[in-house]
Amino acid sequence: MRIVEPQSGEEAAEILRCANEDGAAVIPRGGGTKSDWGNPPARTDVMLSTVRLNRVIEHAWADLTVTVEAGCTIAELQRTLAQHGQRLAVDPLWPEKATVGGVLSTNDTGVLRFRYGGLRDLVIGVTLALADGTLAQSGGKVVKNVAGYDLSKLVTGAFGTLGVIISATFRLHPLPKYTQTVTATLPDLGAMQQLLGKILDAQLVPAAVQVRAGAGAPQIDVLFEGTEEGVNFLVDRLRGMTPLVDSDSEVWTRLDASAKISVLPAKIAETLEGLEGYAVVEATGIGWLQAGGLGPMREKIERAGGSLVMMRPFPGMDAWGNTQNNGGGALALMRSIKKQFDPRGILNPGVFVGGI
Amino acid sequence: MVVPMSFIDELRNVLGPDGLISTSEEVRTYECDGLTNFRVKPIAVVLPTSTEQVQAVLRICHREKIPFVARGSGTGLSGGALPVTGGIVISLAKMNRILEVDYPNQRVVVEPGVINLNVTVRVSPDGYFYAPDPSSQSVCSIGGNVAENAGGAHCLKYGFTTTHVLGMDVVLPDGSLAHFGSKTLDAPGYDLAGVFVGSEGTLGVATKVTLRIVKKPECVQTLLAAFDTTNQAGAAVSDIIKAGMLPAAIEMMDNLAIQAAEAAVHANYPNCGGLLLVELDGPVAEVDTLIAQVSAICRENGAGEVRVAQTEEERAVVWKGRKAAFAAVGRISPNYIVQDGVIPRTALPKILSEMDRLATEWGLRVANVFHAGDGNLHPLVLYDRRIEGQEHAAERLAERILELCIEMGGSITGEHGVGEEKKHMMGKMFAEPDLATMQKLRCAFDPLSLANPTKVFPRPRMCGESPGEYKPHPLETAGIAERF
Repeated sequence: MRIVEPQSGEEAAEILRCANEDGAAVIPRGGGTKSDWGNPPARTDVMLSTVRLNRVIEHAWADLTVTVEAGCTIAELQRTLAQHGQRLAVDPLWPEKATVGGVLSTNDTGVLRFRYGGLRDLVIGVTLALADGTLAQSGGKVVKNVAGYDLSKLVTGAFGTLGVIISATFRLHPLPKYTQTVTATLPDLGAMQQLLGKILDAQLVPAAVQVRAGAGAPQIDVLFEGTEEGVNFLVDRLRGMTPLVDSDSEVWTRLDASAKISVLPAKIAETLEGLEGYAVVEATGIGWLQAGGLGPMREKIERAGGSLVMMRPFPGMDAWGNTQNNGGGALALMRSIKKQFDPRGILNPGVFVGGI
Repeated sequence: MVVPMSFIDELRNVLGPDGLISTSEEVRTYECDGLTNFRVKPIAVVLPTSTEQVQAVLRICHREKIPFVARGSGTGLSGGALPVTGGIVISLAKMNRILEVDYPNQRVVVEPGVINLNVTVRVSPDGYFYAPDPSSQSVCSIGGNVAENAGGAHCLKYGFTTTHVLGMDVVLPDGSLAHFGSKTLDAPGYDLAGVFVGSEGTLGVATKVTLRIVKKPECVQTLLAAFDTTNQAGAAVSDIIKAGMLPAAIEMMDNLAIQAAEAAVHANYPNCGGLLLVELDGPVAEVDTLIAQVSAICRENGAGEVRVAQTEEERAVVWKGRKAAFAAVGRISPNYIVQDGVIPRTALPKILSEMDRLATEWGLRVANVFHAGDGNLHPLVLYDRRIEGQEHAAERLAERILELCIEMGGSITGEHGVGEEKKHMMGKMFAEPDLATMQKLRCAFDPLSLANPTKVFPRPRMCGESPGEYKPHPLETAGIAERF
């Protein structure tokens, strides 16, 4: 496999145009941290690395936006933004290595999604290189913008199957002035679900909430962000609902999981019943498993309308699950979108849902 | 064009006599939406009551290659629901049931004809609300909100319609039914709900929508600050952002807009050059601290009067004035154009002084209402049709404002949509390859170009047509963006 490292959008587009003419399969790559996510590619001829597309193009801090090239790492981006007391409100896996393009393509937002929304809500514009060598923009540099189709959302979570992200523009948030993490330990999953329901129904506005379950007693971690007065007030209120201990921010370190699940927040306990391993489930219903018995787990979750996606290849299991049940309700349409954007199927062939 | 009677008869068979309007007089009600200067009579209007009926109608349209335009409450301001010549209108007004309220998961499932405010009304007794709040929320429909990706004053903090739509059932232009997204997040596959929201009716018809509802904040405080100039008010907004705050809303009105709102609803606004309305919400302890900070920032930037609404009634009146501002302008001018453009917020002083200069030069007045936190401008260009040349000058000024937005790195629409009104501006904001790429998406959904076919894009392009050669991007030419 050849490796190419374009240093501009034009170069990337030109590489794609040539590969497309030759029918050569192109594997886009950022930091390579999640290259085993999804199904293994059917063909691999050229690896297109964004390593040299690594500039922060413009941090318009007074407008709370940033435009950044796809190969910039999340950590590098956050360091730049922190100089003006701001951040991209995401906490993806392996931020020192993971890149903007990779994190967008795999839609790895992290626990802050509970309060600040997902990457899809934070990305406001993209520049894409398409398989035919077209370089196209969608969205823009302003937070509020409804002109034209929102292709930023189309490529977020598309695993590079529709085009290569060259750069992206995001809305930013101020860094919190004060943060605190507290943890409640519950006797069992039922009690956990009950407390979680109460937390979500209270006016606590946490930044993140997660459930940790496995061998020991289930725990709920809650992250508060805001003013010191506000945070103390909320922690006290939560303490009135349940016994708490203060926790280190380490509890939010993301789990290197073998599967990602998405379930309804009210069904977390039910999902984790009989778990063979360890799980961290965010209050959004998105969770991460280091566990066995994933086959039966997937069946149970899909029956309840959720999904279980493998993070690593697992013999005999499709990474995405039964696509007729979940996202596959529109599989035919997804295939025709793929055909429009990449008619010869050169971009990450076979990696995505339904063999896309 | 001649429409075969059998087509109308077939529609009647599907919908029953109550579900079809086809007499020339009756269809007139549907010849325009909130943008009244464009009018087209549809050949028929259908009022389906179920997803199955919508599917049946679209199957017939697909077979006969008859275009269709879906319509909610018709409050759109860009002509998105304007009928297309030789096409039918599908009114979703009868599909107005709230199907499910699921508090433990904070979801509500609705039909598209449900009125925006009715969602909040339904969940309010249990302490929840539906966050997107366009000014027309008491009449506009969720289906229309989905089509336009409607915003509102509070989207600064809570996000737009797209943030609050988790899934939907969509009837595609060939009549087939597809499910986008789901009640759970990140359903495997492309984010079709994400691309459908804001597609202005050009990709299909949503017949069921799963929304997210939000717990009401413990407390809400609304502050009014009166400045001599909009520039001072703008500087205060910058300082609020710089202080790391994210208010629920920051709205600004200039003197003309204040006068208009006062004349209409007596909101008791101070008479000043630039009025700032800042709303903070959240836990009491936090809001108390922050409102004091906002107060201080406003005073530092020269605010004469700073006032916090003391009661829920006072707050409601303050918002009533703001939300009535567009219509209120009718009190101070016989005719006016409502514009919707976006700039990076920091370009506010620049665009205001340029608008001011042009208005003076062309003998017009411009009233300004902004969502100041996110740079979304709503300039109201006032004119008198009876004075020769004024209407034309007003239209030209309204368009010039959008060009300024583009030149400053912004957008031609923040929440009203492109529709019919602004499609000729799309080629100024986007380059040909950008538009050609968007067309790929449209062709995947609607290869026969039947769904609201003449809207959004500057010229209709048939699917499969080649996009033409590269031209420099308008943002490149303006020196704002570079190719990288």
